[in-house]
Amino acid sequence: MTPLTPETSTAAGAVALPSPNGAGHESSHDEGHADVRLFGLATFLIADGMTFAGFFAAYLTFRAVNPLPADSTYELELLLPTINTVLLLVSSVTFHRAGRRLLSGDGEAARLWLLVTGALGAAFLAGQMVEYFHLPFGLTDNLYASTFYALTGFHGLHVTLGVICILIVCWQARESGRISASNPFGLEAAELYWHFVDGIWVVLYGLLYLL
Amino acid sequence: MTIARPADFEAGSLQPEGWLRYFSFSLDHKVIGLQYLVCGFVFYLIGGALAGVIRTELSSPISDFVSRDVYNQILTLHGTVMIFLWIVPVVNGAFGNYLIPFYVGARDMAFPRLNAVAFWLIPPAGILLISSYFISGGAAQSGWTAYPPLSLTTPALGQVLWIVSVLLLGGSSIFGGINFIATILKLRRPGLKMMHLPMYCWAMLGTSLLVVLSTPVLAGTLILLSFDIVAHTGFFNPSMGGNVVVYQHLFWFYSHPAVYIMVLPAFGLVSEILPVHARKPLFGYTTMVYSIMGIVVLGLIVWAHHMFTSGTPPWMRLFFTIATSFIAVPTGIKFFNWLATLWGGRIALNSAMLFACAFIVNFVFGGITGIALAQVPFDIHVHDTYFVVAHFHYIVYGGTVFVIFSALYHWYPKFTGRLLNEDLGRLHFLLTFIGFNLCFAPQHWLGLNGMPRRVAEYDPSFTTWNQVSSVGALLMALSTVPLLINVILTAYRGQPAGDNPWRALTPEWLTSSPPPVENWVGEAPLVTHPYAYGTPEGQLDLTAASGSELWRASQR
Repeated sequence: MTPLTPETSTAAGAVALPSPNGAGHESSHDEGHADVRLFGLATFLIADGMTFAGFFAAYLTFRAVNPLPADSTYELELLLPTINTVLLLVSSVTFHRAGRRLLSGDGEAARLWLLVTGALGAAFLAGQMVEYFHLPFGLTDNLYASTFYALTGFHGLHVTLGVICILIVCWQARESGRISASNPFGLEAAELYWHFVDGIWVVLYGLLYLL
Repeated sequence: MTIARPADFEAGSLQPEGWLRYFSFSLDHKVIGLQYLVCGFVFYLIGGALAGVIRTELSSPISDFVSRDVYNQILTLHGTVMIFLWIVPVVNGAFGNYLIPFYVGARDMAFPRLNAVAFWLIPPAGILLISSYFISGGAAQSGWTAYPPLSLTTPALGQVLWIVSVLLLGGSSIFGGINFIATILKLRRPGLKMMHLPMYCWAMLGTSLLVVLSTPVLAGTLILLSFDIVAHTGFFNPSMGGNVVVYQHLFWFYSHPAVYIMVLPAFGLVSEILPVHARKPLFGYTTMVYSIMGIVVLGLIVWAHHMFTSGTPPWMRLFFTIATSFIAVPTGIKFFNWLATLWGGRIALNSAMLFACAFIVNFVFGGITGIALAQVPFDIHVHDTYFVVAHFHYIVYGGTVFVIFSALYHWYPKFTGRLLNEDLGRLHFLLTFIGFNLCFAPQHWLGLNGMPRRVAEYDPSFTTWNQVSSVGALLMALSTVPLLINVILTAYRGQPAGDNPWRALTPEWLTSSPPPVENWVGEAPLVTHPYAYGTPEGQLDLTAASGSELWRASQR
């Protein structure tokens, strides 16, 4: 038999309410809860991933039922995107190193690794632009061309945002900045996002270039 | 009453007080909840006026009140406003934001700032949508589904504004969903287990999972559609090698779950309201929880039952018919649990309870026509007829909107500290119930006999029942008058309610009405049995979590 808490008794209407200006308020305000920001970000990334999932599903359905018109070209070179894939995968490792360095108190090394990560991300974007300029088809040429640009473009936007985030984190991780070993949230959030963007690329690479 | 101010608010002295805070970027979940509620109600009136135009036009078989183009714009705006600006924001945003922090024993939502952003995306999106009616070419004309190629051939600017507006509203919905998930899973007060939570929490958790998983797909699809319109790509344009059925798949992957996004929270709210006014424990708590989760899972895999006439292959028809019919199981469990909750209770037939009981009646009717529509042979016969319109409105108006009204009568004393007038409430109920059934019941008959939906003109043999339907719509329009008078008069001169007029046990009533800024002075109460009505203290084993056991114990 568990006794009812006073508030759940049947005489709930009679629960005595402390005065609104009760002194207990200030102390109770600091009761605080666990930091749920990374959890919220992860939930958002699941949502974001569903956007990509929708695009992938559309692409696969197009592949299955919509043949390419006879006179149109849809040919992709494999070398540059493969280099790009390696760049992104390496950048995930370097970002991870940056996080480890920060937590062990070596802020300068963390910033260095962040800069390396940002440079790899920028190199990826540059590679993407080079590929865009050398492709034999444009955005509206055919269904596959449109889908190719939509998918890689949407992913490229994510990478661009990620590089900007890395630069911001790098700036904030300086000596007097707000990101430090005791407050690593900004870096952790950017890292989670970056790994997500990398993971999406791996799927995208498999579907667009290898399939 | 005096509002207790938390200690760290002095930095935020720019936050306005009094009524002005409802027009501010307030971070208080109760303010945001009421912002959602009032904003949604304004759009309900706008959407209702649009419905009035539709019913006026349809009271005669020829297109005489508005032109065909305008009719198409009106019905597109009506659908979009009612779904994205009234039902989803109110049944999720308004009651969710107001109640969930109380139910989990928190002082606010997990991300208050994101919460405010989510609300403030809504008014601009709504204004954008409505104002698109006044630009050259007019508003979107392709219905709330925006199926291509229709949406590619109607005036482009209105369609693009429609897309931007829906994207903003979808973003708002996703931010809200993330907030609810984090709040329910991570912000529960110590000692409060998941199976202690009031049912609305479970409903909102399920709804938010659907929002987070399916809304982004709609967003992506609409971005592709806007490319088709603006950049002349051919994703969904058959003349350029595109595929319209892919749009339908992606659209319904969101928009079928959207029906559950609109109705699951209503299930949750009604599960809160019935036990209080029947003075009995909620029957079958555990089965209710599993039913909600079952609906979430099934709701994600039934979308193609909207597409039985879109050339779906036989195996797909078979799968989606079976999956759709299966949804009747968890829904039926919930239905019988509500009946069992009422059974033998000391029912107070006040306005809140009248609306809640009418919900059960309307919803079972809409549910049965839903099962009928899931069957391919029948669906092919009535596809795109008024039968579908009738079914849909029985679910969304007869279901969700009735629950919103019920919830308004139930929680108005919590919002304001005053009780809504019962006589006006019953008049409101009577007009709504009669008007609603008069409006939508004849549409089943019209649809079965082949009257197509979304067309301004119809065969003259359908005139009589269309006029009956329009009279029903007029009654529904009139029903808002007693509601508005009631809400406004009560706010100033209503009967004081005290803190807990319903003698309810759920946590939001265990504080003052209206509550202080941080919900409780002192620690939040630990409510492990929110439905322990009619069970004298010390007479039963409260470790038994299920309502049926509590009920059986109370029968001894």
